[in-house]
Amino acid sequence: MASPEGKQVRKRKTTDVDEDSLVIRAFREFQVQLDKRHDKYERLVKLSRDVTIESKRTIFMLHRVTGNEDSESLLSQTLEKLNNIKLIKMMKISEELEGEDPYQFLRAYSPGLQEFIEAVTFYHYLHSGSLVSLQQIQDNLTFAPPDPAAAQVADPLTAPNVRREVTVRVHVPPLEYMLGVADLTGELMRLTINSVGAGDLQLPFKVCAFMRRIHDAFLSYGNVSRELNRKMSTLRQSLHKVENACYTIQVRGSEIPKHLIADVLSGTSECSSRFQDEACDV
Amino acid sequence: MTQDATSQIFSSFQDYINEEQEIREDIRSQVKDIEQTAREIQTLLQSVHQQDGIKGIPTLCEKARERFERVREQFSNLSKKVPQDQYYRFHDHWRFVSQRLTGLSAYIVYLEKEALISREDSAAMLGVKMQRGEGFHIDLDDYLMGLLQLASELSRLAVNSVTAGDYGRPVRIARFVGELDSGFRLLNLKNDSLRKRFDALKYDLKKSEEVVYDLTIRGLVPQEQKSTHKPSE
Repeated sequence: MASPEGKQVRKRKTTDVDEDSLVIRAFREFQVQLDKRHDKYERLVKLSRDVTIESKRTIFMLHRVTGNEDSESLLSQTLEKLNNIKLIKMMKISEELEGEDPYQFLRAYSPGLQEFIEAVTFYHYLHSGSLVSLQQIQDNLTFAPPDPAAAQVADPLTAPNVRREVTVRVHVPPLEYMLGVADLTGELMRLTINSVGAGDLQLPFKVCAFMRRIHDAFLSYGNVSRELNRKMSTLRQSLHKVENACYTIQVRGSEIPKHLIADVLSGTSECSSRFQDEACDV
Repeated sequence: MTQDATSQIFSSFQDYINEEQEIREDIRSQVKDIEQTAREIQTLLQSVHQQDGIKGIPTLCEKARERFERVREQFSNLSKKVPQDQYYRFHDHWRFVSQRLTGLSAYIVYLEKEALISREDSAAMLGVKMQRGEGFHIDLDDYLMGLLQLASELSRLAVNSVTAGDYGRPVRIARFVGELDSGFRLLNLKNDSLRKRFDALKYDLKKSEEVVYDLTIRGLVPQEQKSTHKPSE
């Protein structure tokens, strides 16, 4: 196992490593295995980071959908973006994970996966007003082996690795899915405030009902994981803001012009969060 | 319709959590059994350090090996509780005990043959597979952790064998720990628990080298040890 770099060879000679010893030979093997695993982990972290960035951008785009005249075409644009993430990055992740225990590398790709779930669920909420299921997401992240005939004509950017002959998938653990859903509520809260600004006074009530359902379900789960508990408290704050928004619209909606409600709303939500902070300190 | 679908999503997650809790409960009780056996083996091997323990090494190893029969049985029970391809989902539960048992198996093999246990033998002693692809196995990190525990145990043995009047053993131990150290130096460790534990290896090495020094300056090292200790090649 001689290294091609002269520097390393020289260094090895000065430290008296006996290459013939059984111990050293065993450790040479471990070195190869460890390096292989660490490299894979690093590659997954990189891919996950790319997925996170792209998903965040998609979410920003989705926020522009409300109140936009051309919302249909914006929605289809974001869908395309999501598909691109899936076909380029997620496909690579799934290929890295082929034949591995997905839980071994979960920590490497979990942030990206959660952000992706957040973007997908957000898209589906805007598109159809419903929550996309874990099964749907999992199906979406399962890649069948490419048809060799089709692969040759396909766009090189989206063309999958031709050598692959088995179905691969990015395994989505249910907990990761739920954490993504918890993140979704933050976006829904932002959506509410934006929509009031855009003059839509119906949406906040719809979103509020939807968020309550999520909140209630999460309450019943109890102590599942520390991460979920942390997200739960954020969820509660978001829900609080949305409920306050609905309240303000209900009470004052008929009194003041629409464009002023948004100002009033941002005022109340700030007040309420300040109030909450103080309450927490005590 | 969508209401139902949403409720379905949340209730199926509830089922998932319940199921997971059950699996964890099963694993935990199984691991507790293994820990009990591991403690017994550890206690048994402690008598090596006693005054005349060194003479009884072969019988001690024999006895310890017998106990490993139970370990194999318990590990096979545990492996049945862990769903396929989800080893790393629950790994934390048995990580500690499998590290300790690898350490103990390595200790027994060292006492018998004064050689490093291979990963294969270690897995065989615990009754598990060596590679992930073959089923329930011992993680490479855990095996290496076990070897580091062995080094600590050996540096203690070096001291105690001098007390018991065996002056040849410390020299061989120092050589072995030194070899382990250079082996670990070959690995590119990440900044994790294994790396932290490896950082302690140098103290074990230092301790066993000090013992050899003490023996050497007093001329207590037996003749045949001196000749083999020299780097022959």
